[in-house]
Amino acid sequence: MAPDTILIKGPRIIDPGRGVDEVGDILVRDGVILASGTVSPDDIPEGCRVVEAGGLVASPGFIDIHCHLREPGYEYKETIAAGTRAAARGGFTSICCMPNTDPPIDNSAMVEFIQQRARDEGIVRVFPIGCVTKGRKGKELSEMEELAVAGVVAFSDDGDPVEDPNLMRLALTYSSDLGLPVTNHCQDLSLSRNGVMAEGRVATRLGLAGIPSAVEEAMMARDIALAELTGGRIHLAHLSTAGSVPLVRQARERGIPVTAEVCPHHLTITDEWVLGGQASGTGTGASFAYDTMTKVYPPLRGQQDVDALVQGLAEGVIDCIATDHAPHELISKLVTYEDAPSGISVLETALGSALQLVHGGHMSLIALVERMTVGPARVLGASFDHLSTLAPGTTADIVIFDPDLEWVVDPDEFQSMGKNTPLRGATLKGQVVATMVQGRFVYQDGAVV
Amino acid sequence: MSLLNAIETEAQPQIEAAGVRKRRRHVLDLDDFSQQEILEVLESAEGMSEVLHRDIKKVPALRGRVVVTLFYEASTRTRISFEEAGKILSADVINMSASGSSTEKGESLLNTGLTIQAMGVDIIVIRHPHSGAPYLLAQHLDRVGIINAGDGIHAHPTQALLDLYTVREKLGRLEGLKVVIVGDVLHSRVARSNIWGFTKMGAQVVLCGPSTLLPLDMLRPRGDDDENDPLASVQVETNLDRALEGADVVMALRLQAERQNGGFLPSMREYIRRWQVTEARLSRANPEALVMHPGPMNEGIEISSTLAHGGRSVIERQVTNGVAIRMALLYHLSAGGE
Repeated sequence: MAPDTILIKGPRIIDPGRGVDEVGDILVRDGVILASGTVSPDDIPEGCRVVEAGGLVASPGFIDIHCHLREPGYEYKETIAAGTRAAARGGFTSICCMPNTDPPIDNSAMVEFIQQRARDEGIVRVFPIGCVTKGRKGKELSEMEELAVAGVVAFSDDGDPVEDPNLMRLALTYSSDLGLPVTNHCQDLSLSRNGVMAEGRVATRLGLAGIPSAVEEAMMARDIALAELTGGRIHLAHLSTAGSVPLVRQARERGIPVTAEVCPHHLTITDEWVLGGQASGTGTGASFAYDTMTKVYPPLRGQQDVDALVQGLAEGVIDCIATDHAPHELISKLVTYEDAPSGISVLETALGSALQLVHGGHMSLIALVERMTVGPARVLGASFDHLSTLAPGTTADIVIFDPDLEWVVDPDEFQSMGKNTPLRGATLKGQVVATMVQGRFVYQDGAVV
Repeated sequence: MSLLNAIETEAQPQIEAAGVRKRRRHVLDLDDFSQQEILEVLESAEGMSEVLHRDIKKVPALRGRVVVTLFYEASTRTRISFEEAGKILSADVINMSASGSSTEKGESLLNTGLTIQAMGVDIIVIRHPHSGAPYLLAQHLDRVGIINAGDGIHAHPTQALLDLYTVREKLGRLEGLKVVIVGDVLHSRVARSNIWGFTKMGAQVVLCGPSTLLPLDMLRPRGDDDENDPLASVQVETNLDRALEGADVVMALRLQAERQNGGFLPSMREYIRRWQVTEARLSRANPEALVMHPGPMNEGIEISSTLAHGGRSVIERQVTNGVAIRMALLYHLSAGGE
């Protein structure tokens, strides 16, 4: 018996960091990848556990650099236990949780609390992100070096922008020797005002206050200018507008240290979804307008925005896909659109949504996997290199998925406590079969192990 | 012939004519009304109008039905209009306002709706400051009809129907008319529903007002406009004199005083100078042009007092017709399917 040795037999191995896309085997022992590609029969011990993966894809486990686990403070929305199970079901082996908890993650004790909970109850790797400012109040810098030593992987006041441009300048300058990015939620609050969805034809029709694209682009342009001024590393969260893509592209071309992410929903669905299932009338048929499950920040936008974001991701201008998994208790969404909280529970639908880009011919499978593994690792820095590859000798964080399996989204089956998704009843193509963290399956055959 | 029969001879044929269609459960906006259904309601309202002008204004058409008016915003004409409409049809009408109710104890809109449904109510007439609130009730309440009496800045379908009724009554038609809506279109649920209503009936809608109070996307379409979207067919003209050329209907919208504080307008003075509907300006419209206002009016702001009370004004007629339209809708929802 060699229970700690596992042979993943016959998958299409996609390892973007090494440019690998080939059918082969993967041998894992003691949490480490022994071989990947061609495995010598001599290396396979007697009694080795064999997982048949013919016809499936095996790649490095996905890395999500932007999710909300809600603990502590909002355990009625999500917990680290439930959120990591959702991640496992979604194929994510490493997730980075935002610090907009209560209390917020703005000191080392809070970082250690998250790490402790993740060790006790989590089933995938959890990396806390620390606040940019004390209490997320946007007034004074947090003790960023203490947070970095404690183990945060980035800084962000996500949920809110760092509004004061001088404070953002100081944050980028002060953190520049820590090697960690500052992630900003780009929203000019004085411009977005009381907006609840994208400004445009649908918002006008529904009488909902609109959020213009300039809300995002104005602050993004500011942040890029500040990154150039300070040399600090800015990471731009959840791009949602067509105009944001050329801003990032131009910044890159000028050598400014900027990275960017985009969410699965902004790549696949539009503000038309706020109208309900059919556009001929807002109050008839199976679904109604004002579906609060579509309320998210940044808001769902138009098809031109979706197209530009898809192209930006395909070309690599946008580094990675991040979920912005934002679970909410159902009752909080059973209110008017205006009163509903923003956010979608994304971890378990991310792959199926993102694969639409591959099935639609917009990018190759290896490119998509790159945006969910190597791309996010690049944003976070070199310490994540060993978690985003299948190279022999590296950590065995692996996802096995069927890119062609069709399934119907039923939020009642989510591992996440957040059942809030506009995709209820939608058919997605592509589903995770198994997720391995450090050589151990945490999710397999439709169940958390 | 009984009073009930008198009503049925007026209203029943249209409803039977619509028998092929699934009976309507809710009136949320006019976007899901066909031209045919709008006509049915207008014709049914003609019969109701006749009842309104009798000595004894009472028919038993909705006897045994219960209607609740659930108002989360202040209202005079709409609430009284619905109450009168229900009572003339012999429905039991219960008025509930948010103040003094369980809402003040923090009960959610949905739970309030479910509670009212559990009491066996047939129709809820709701006004709410949030766009879409009636849709929340319609989606989750399966045994109650919902009538939208105004939601946020989204829709006010009964107002639009009474406006259509009034124009048709006075001018004899709707098709081909030029209807100019003047003022704060951006924040107007009356304007939104009237755009659907007049457009579906073949009229040309022109919106006029300060650029800051017109929906920006109408001025600058984003390029993926839907041809079936009536918003795409409306015209926008910021110059009131030009907008009024050849107009058949001029509808002034209420201008809220807080728009000036919100930075939408430099001053009331400038608004009055550029967009007040006055007799002098009306000379550019057709001689028969109607002057309308959904009320409540700010006389001397969006409309001059002389015009509001002058010979071309049908503003009081709108109020009267509102009762007939609401009678027709209550009947349309609760009796038509039996």
